[in-house]
Amino acid sequence: MEMERHVIAVLVSNVSGVLSRVSGMFTRRGFNIDSLTVGETESSEFSRITVSFRGDEATQQQVVKQVAKLHDVKEVEVLKPQETVSRELLLIKVKNDSETRQDILAAANVYRAKIIDYSLEALCCEITGESSKVEAFIELMKPFGILEMCRTGLVALERGCNCLKTE
Amino acid sequence: MKISGAKIIMETLIEQGVDVVFGYPGGQVINIFDELYQYQDRIHHVLTAHEQGASHAADGYARATGKVGVVIATSGPGATNLVTGIATAHLDSVPMVAITGNVPCSLIGRDSFQEVDIMGVTMPITKHNFIVKDVTKLADTLRLAFRIAKSGRPGPVLVDIPKDVQINECEFTPQETVPEEAKPLAGEEALQAAAKLLTEAKKPYIYCGGGVLIGGASEEVTALAEKLDAPIGCSMMGISAVPTAHPLFLGMQGMHGHYASSMAEHESDLILAVGARFSDRATGNKLKFAPNAKIIHIDIDNAELQKNIEVQLGIEGDIKDALARLTAMVSEQKLPEWQKRIAELRAEENAMPQSGNTLTPYRIIDIMSEITDENTIVATDVGQHQMWTAQRYPFAKPRKFISSGGLGTMGFGMGAAMGAQLATGERVVLITGDGSFGMNLNELATAVTNRIPMVIVIMNNGVLGMVRQWQTLFFDKHYSNTTLARQTDFVKLAEAFGAKGMRAADPETFAEAFRTAFAEEGPVVIDCLIDEDEFVLPMLPPGGSMDDVITEVKG
Repeated sequence: MEMERHVIAVLVSNVSGVLSRVSGMFTRRGFNIDSLTVGETESSEFSRITVSFRGDEATQQQVVKQVAKLHDVKEVEVLKPQETVSRELLLIKVKNDSETRQDILAAANVYRAKIIDYSLEALCCEITGESSKVEAFIELMKPFGILEMCRTGLVALERGCNCLKTE
Repeated sequence: MKISGAKIIMETLIEQGVDVVFGYPGGQVINIFDELYQYQDRIHHVLTAHEQGASHAADGYARATGKVGVVIATSGPGATNLVTGIATAHLDSVPMVAITGNVPCSLIGRDSFQEVDIMGVTMPITKHNFIVKDVTKLADTLRLAFRIAKSGRPGPVLVDIPKDVQINECEFTPQETVPEEAKPLAGEEALQAAAKLLTEAKKPYIYCGGGVLIGGASEEVTALAEKLDAPIGCSMMGISAVPTAHPLFLGMQGMHGHYASSMAEHESDLILAVGARFSDRATGNKLKFAPNAKIIHIDIDNAELQKNIEVQLGIEGDIKDALARLTAMVSEQKLPEWQKRIAELRAEENAMPQSGNTLTPYRIIDIMSEITDENTIVATDVGQHQMWTAQRYPFAKPRKFISSGGLGTMGFGMGAAMGAQLATGERVVLITGDGSFGMNLNELATAVTNRIPMVIVIMNNGVLGMVRQWQTLFFDKHYSNTTLARQTDFVKLAEAFGAKGMRAADPETFAEAFRTAFAEEGPVVIDCLIDEDEFVLPMLPPGGSMDDVITEVKG
C-alpha cells in the first residue's frame, strides 16, 4: 500500500474545542497525524488548521470527507505538493565547543539557518523551509550533539491566487 | 421581557414542537425541573428509573416517529449515564437532543462535586455538542442543536448548560422553527449512470439500510424494485422499510440474514445499496463479499461512500428523491432467469429446519404475530432474540422495528419500547432475553407508573445465548461466564414492580398468555422458557463469506 504524505488545509470556526474535534476525529478513526498546526486567520472568526498525514489515496479521501462532516469545519482542501508552498520552522539547540563550533556555523550558513542564541556550552539555530530541508539540517546536527529541538509542523498555502474561503 | 435560562429552554423546546421529554432530576438541573413543573401542561416529562433508560426512551421516541427525541439529565453521573444511549443513537443515526446540567461556570475545571467534562466525553459519540456559557446564546444554541440533530444524516446533539446559565436572565424573542436545511440532491449524470448499470444488470439486488426509513423512501424503493423486477434485501437497520410480505422482499442479509437474501446478494451482478453502510455484520469478509457484483451506493452522507467498501458508483443525495428519479429513468423489465434462481434459493431456505412443536423462538414470534396488528411496535434488546425477531417477525409498516443495530446495546429495549409507545400511542411488544432484560429491568417501574401498554416477552434460556453460540461453534464449548445460573423469578419480579407476570413453557400457554397480555392496559412480563441450545442460523462466521455459511449445527 502506498503510504504517501498528504497535506490538507482546514478552515474552522474559531471556537473552543474545535482543535479537539478535528484531532479527535483522526485518533478515533485510526488516521495518523504527522503534524498539525493551527492559528487564527485574517478573520478572527476562523482558524486555519494544516494537517499532514500518511495514507493511501482512499485514506486521503476518507479523511477529507470525515473532516468536512464536522460541524465547525467550514472548508477543507487537499494541498497538492506541486501546487503548494509549504514551510516548517525549527529551533534546535546544539552543543557548542571550540572543536565543532566552526563546522556548525558553516552548516548553518549553508542552510541559511540563523544563530539566535549563543553561549559557551550551546548554540541555538532557527531554520525555516520545507520539511525535507529541516530534516536534512537535523541529520547534519546530530553528530554535534543535539541538546533539544522544537518543530512547528507544516504550514502551507496554495500557489497562485486560489484561497481557502467560506462562501 | 427578561426570562431565565431554564425558562428559555422550555420556550425553545415548545418552539421546536417538543411535547414529551425523558429525564431524571439532579442538583444541576433543578432549575430546569422547576420550569418543567411550571410547564407541565405543555411539556410532559417522563421520569425514568435511570438516565440510561431515559436516553434509550428518547431514542425509541425518535426511531418510531422521526421526530427529535429529548433527554434531560444532571451533571456528572447523570450525564455519563446518558453516554451509552447517546452512542447507540449515534451509530444508528437517530435524531436526539440531550440536555445536561453542569456546575456553574465559575466552578468548571475544578473537579467540583458532580462535575464531568461531558462535552469532552461525548465528542466522539455525538454529531455535535455544545457547552453554553452565556445565557444570551442559549436559545440559538438549542435551535441549532435541533437543526443539526435532524438535518442530513440525523444524529444526537448534546447541549451542556451550567447552572448559572439556567438561572441568569436575558431577553427572549420567540422564533418560528426554521425549515429544515435543503437536502443534497443526487447529480443527474450520476443517476443516469446508475440507470444504465441497473438496466444492463442481469442479476440486480437492492440492499436497503436504515437510511430508507430515515429518508421515508419505502414506497420509492419498492416502486424501483418492481419496475426492475429486482429482489430486495436489507440490513438489520433497514427492516420494516419494505413490507416483509412483499413478493420481491427476501429479508435481512448478512451475518444472520436470510439464506436466500444473503445468497442472492452474493450471486448478484449489481448491488444497489441505499442508505446502508456496509457494516462488517452486513458484509462479512469484504474481500469475498459479492465477488461478481458492481456496487452503486446512494447515501445522504458523502463520507459513507467508499468508506467500508469500494464501490463503482457512489452517489451523494437524498434517497427519496434519488430513487424516484432513478425509477423514472429505467424502463419496466422482467428478469425470469434471475427470479428463477431466487425461487430456488427461497426453496433451499424453506427446506431448512423450521420451528418445531415446542416453545421455540420462531414459534414464539409466530404466535405473537398472529395476535399483534400492523401498527404494533416491536422493540428488541440485543442478542439471539434480536436476530430471531429480525429474521422472523412480519413487518407491514415502516418504523415498527425498534432495535439497536450499530452499537448492539443490551438493555436498550425497555427504554426504547417505552419511548416508542409514548411517541405513537400504539401498543408495544418488547422481545428480550434474560441477559438483556437483566441490564435495565429497573425501567419496569417507569412502565408501571406510566401505565405503558407493553408486553415484555423474555426468551429465557438461562444463558447469554449469542456469546454461548460463539463458544459452541468457535471456542470448544468453553462456556466461560455465559451460564447465568440465576434464581430470578421474572413473574414475581414483575409483580414486585406492580406489573403483571406470566410464565410459559409451551406454545399453547404462551398463546393464551400473550393474548391476555396484549389486551392489558399496563405492562405485562411473559417469561418464556426456551432451550439453551437454540441457535441463530444461518450464520456467517466472523470474517467469512457466503461460501462459509453455517446453516445447521449438529450435536
